[in-house]
Amino acid sequence: MDKIAIIIDGKEVEAKAGQTIMETAIAAGIYIPHLCYQEELAPGGHCRVCTVLVNGRPQSSCTHPAAEGMVIDNDTPELLEERRRIIEMLFVEGNHICPFCEKQGNCELQALAYRFGMIVPTLPYLHRKIEVDATHPDVFIDRNRCVLCGRCIRASRDVDGKNVFGFEGRGPQKSIALNTKGALSDTQLDAADKAASICPTGSIVVKRVGYAIPYGKRKFDKEPIGSEIEKAK
Amino acid sequence: MAKDQSSTIKEIITEFGNDRHRLMDIALKVQSQLGYISEDNMEAIAQTLGIPLVEVRDMVSFYSFLPREKEGKNVIHLCNAVVEKMHGMDLVAKAFEKNLDIPFGSTTEDKKITLKYTPCMGMSDQPPSALINCIPVTKICPEDVPGIIEDIIKGSKYSCEKRASSIPAAQVETNLMKEGEVIFSPMERGAAVRSAAIRTPDEVIDEITSSGLRGRGGAGFPTGMKWGFCRKAKGDDHYIICNADEGEPGTFKDRVILTEAPDLLFEGMTVAGYALGAKEGLLYLRGEYAYLLGYLEQILESRRHLGLLGKNIVAKEGFDFDIRIQLGAGAYICGEESSLIESLEGKRGAPRHRPPFPVTDGYMHQPTSVNNVETLCCAARVLEKGADWFKQLGTKDSTGTKALSVSGDCKHPGVYEIELGIAINDLLEMVGTDHPQAVQIGGPSGNCVAPKDFGRKICFEDIATGGSVIVFGKKRNLLEIVKEFTEFFNDESCGWCTPCRAGTTIILKMLDKILEGRGSMQDLEMLKKVGNTIKTMSRCGLGQSAANPILTTLQNFRNLYEDLCKTDEYIPPFDYEKAISVGVEIAGRDPVEEEE
Repeated sequence: MDKIAIIIDGKEVEAKAGQTIMETAIAAGIYIPHLCYQEELAPGGHCRVCTVLVNGRPQSSCTHPAAEGMVIDNDTPELLEERRRIIEMLFVEGNHICPFCEKQGNCELQALAYRFGMIVPTLPYLHRKIEVDATHPDVFIDRNRCVLCGRCIRASRDVDGKNVFGFEGRGPQKSIALNTKGALSDTQLDAADKAASICPTGSIVVKRVGYAIPYGKRKFDKEPIGSEIEKAK
Repeated sequence: MAKDQSSTIKEIITEFGNDRHRLMDIALKVQSQLGYISEDNMEAIAQTLGIPLVEVRDMVSFYSFLPREKEGKNVIHLCNAVVEKMHGMDLVAKAFEKNLDIPFGSTTEDKKITLKYTPCMGMSDQPPSALINCIPVTKICPEDVPGIIEDIIKGSKYSCEKRASSIPAAQVETNLMKEGEVIFSPMERGAAVRSAAIRTPDEVIDEITSSGLRGRGGAGFPTGMKWGFCRKAKGDDHYIICNADEGEPGTFKDRVILTEAPDLLFEGMTVAGYALGAKEGLLYLRGEYAYLLGYLEQILESRRHLGLLGKNIVAKEGFDFDIRIQLGAGAYICGEESSLIESLEGKRGAPRHRPPFPVTDGYMHQPTSVNNVETLCCAARVLEKGADWFKQLGTKDSTGTKALSVSGDCKHPGVYEIELGIAINDLLEMVGTDHPQAVQIGGPSGNCVAPKDFGRKICFEDIATGGSVIVFGKKRNLLEIVKEFTEFFNDESCGWCTPCRAGTTIILKMLDKILEGRGSMQDLEMLKKVGNTIKTMSRCGLGQSAANPILTTLQNFRNLYEDLCKTDEYIPPFDYEKAISVGVEIAGRDPVEEEE
């Protein structure tokens, strides 16, 4: 069976065999909010923002394969609240500096917060002390703004073929590690690598281009995140 | 790095066939021979195996028993689980600190002894307990501490090499309080295997299905169905994995089964191997039970001599099956089946995306059935005595017996094999309690049950459990216990997904605010909401149950929280006066109030 019929928010859409719910939705012009998912990479299932109800059960749509007859709830007030809370969790877990961050306006975390109507976090800040690594001549990594989505890891491993990044530790101590005993400058990372430009936030940033486009004229200043998917159909 | 270290690492890696999938064994051996896994050691491992350093770091940094910093020659892991604290752990900790003149988390100046805490190590029936090197020591009194330290310094008593020859019961009390008919009744070696061998694999699975046997880890998935899926799935190999990584605080029934009935377990694994068409079985033994390793290896060896493992088992042509034991390294999450498989493959114990499920895509991407220790024992007994016999025990939807680990405020802590369907009240009478304030059924990930619900039954159709039962007497501070349980989940979260990693840290902070008396009713509502987000949005069972200590007590003991929250008004997350106090002191005056 090649064609699979599933229902997302009451609308019947067609999936191809092997497609995930996320891929099916994007192809049908339905936006399922997501953060760690990136079309060019294998799914990670880290952020949980793309959680939908599959026949009533929560599943991450980026990893869950579409199957005949699935009934999926995506755009519901309850899921919006849960997704907003996850975004809030990420804001208080890290140390985010939106007003003067070079990523602002292009930041997917910030854009999701706006789309979900988050004004200010209502959860307690964790105030973690985190070091910045600016040793590399062309790229820096500031783990204060890391959401542990693992995109850099997958991009470096699967696209760049370099394994510059990986995870380290577990639970609250989990962080992005480097493939070296030293610092970022001791890795093979190049500013042209996919891994250097795939970060959804201002955690991994290419140096000296952060303000090439001024605030106010950036991607999400013009329209909310997800618009490009919704407009495609 | 020192040349001898590098060559030691090369030798170890050769011993494990230069196989990247044996990274767990490699790391454990490097740790035991070189004392820790330094940056240089990780680099040498990576280079020899031909994998990126970051992959080795990813794996090593995940496990509690693989230290990356140099430790003392001897390491004392004192268990700081809730039940241990209820029985005087703090005094024992103080005695160690006083006698060694160092705080926990540090090493003596002569580098001889390191003091560390470890979560529940499966000895809640005989607290306070510790692992000294890899040897368990239980029922420690503060007065015992000087003698223990003397023995450590003398050397021989707590040497890991001793573990191979020692009998487990000589080190740890068994505390088998009630022997039921399934797990702890006498058995004849080979009876179940022979009974399986005269049937076809499909007939074996039919017998298990007909018995109504459900997984004993707590989730209760029908075992026959799992085996059926696995057998039917296409693959080059099939695997049976026994999950002996019981890590739920308050559980220790697998320890007792592995001590008292290891043959029954190996029978069950062999029966499963036959039914699934598996040539290899793997027993994943939690790192805390390393002291059982030598004993279990001996039993496997004697089964090989009896023709119950190896080639042509029970003289049946083509019935080939053997078992390897893999030691874990201190990570609760590895009790989750897909994490366990990742760990077996030498990786960090992070759960996999599901689907695909292990029955189609498991160990080495082959069809794999992961079963609890107790489930496999039950399966052996079903083959030995028949499905109809098994079905007579328990209830209609929960057939057979269940081994419960009972600890806390009761007269007779230990393992009780009872028929499923027992009322909590009847269990409490059996173990000797005095009007407890609460019973934690299923450990922290389960349910904190109030006296009004003591009439409820332990079975899949009412309160399902993996077997941890902790009794809390009247004098216990239940909310402090809730906090400890939540801290446990926070420490043991693999960190993969947001709600479990960040969410458990956040609810701890919210809980602290309430416990410090600065909470309002608004905080209670928010705590419930965040707890539900963690429950709904997390990726695996750990995350989905990490908020249960808070959520079940909010439901069953709401008055305890309300007593601490005096107002409905908003109270800021920090103490304003305290926050500005340093500034006030420097300025030498109070802040100027803005006029209306």
